Amino acid sequence: MSTAAVGPKPETGAPSRKGVGLVFCCTLLGAAAQIFLKLGANQLTHPGLVAMMTNLSLLGGLSLYGVSTVLLVLALKDGELSLLYPVIALTYVWVTLLSLLIFHDRVNPVKLVGIAIIVIGVGVLGRGGKA
Amino acid sequence: MNNTPLSSMVLVLFGSVIGSFGAVFLKMGAAKLMDGFWRILNLQLAAGVALFLLSSVFFILGIRHGELSVLYPMVSLGYVWTLVWSRLFFQEAFTRNKFFGLGLILLGVFFVGLGS
Repeated sequence: MSTAAVGPKPETGAPSRKGVGLVFCCTLLGAAAQIFLKLGANQLTHPGLVAMMTNLSLLGGLSLYGVSTVLLVLALKDGELSLLYPVIALTYVWVTLLSLLIFHDRVNPVKLVGIAIIVIGVGVLGRGGKA
Repeated sequence: MNNTPLSSMVLVLFGSVIGSFGAVFLKMGAAKLMDGFWRILNLQLAAGVALFLLSSVFFILGIRHGELSVLYPMVSLGYVWTLVWSRLFFQEAFTRNKFFGLGLILLGVFFVGLGS
């Protein structure tokens, strides 16, 4: 993300880079939303509509989803759908890492291999429209 | 692998197709933002969000039973459909990077599901 203004010649992929950055933020918010939903779900002892509507974690999670959707739309305004949409898979990466930190889920090597491959895949995709 | 009921696979597959159309509507609605941010309240975006919500209902029902290593990559098949719709509806090019990147993402999601 810290590759600001290095190239001497303007690349054709420059606008999509801004889009990829926006979707990147969108995946962070989406992952945070899922964590809040999980926290909220854990707090519900007697699940019911009123309990769900007044649960701050659940409401926070839904709001984060709202904000992340707005970011996705802003990214799609200028970027290619086929390029930006699969970047959302990064959400799996953040959710896995945050679950390790917050819920102390067991470290699973197979899962770590999976998220590494996803990151590489997004990197390849982010190289963009080059044939 | 055979521990995953066909009904779960059908539900998740349905969800992935519905979600991919949600993405198409979001892209169509996003174009209206050229006329100012508050054009964000438009029918296409509303339809896109509605389709996303509908697809998550299918996903939630679908992943209740069965193997996540099978079902998670099927959720991600939505990216493949979206690649096809992007070319059909928005004339976006198929490129080697898109295919290769997407293939890696699906493989990664398979491993995440396998480890879950």
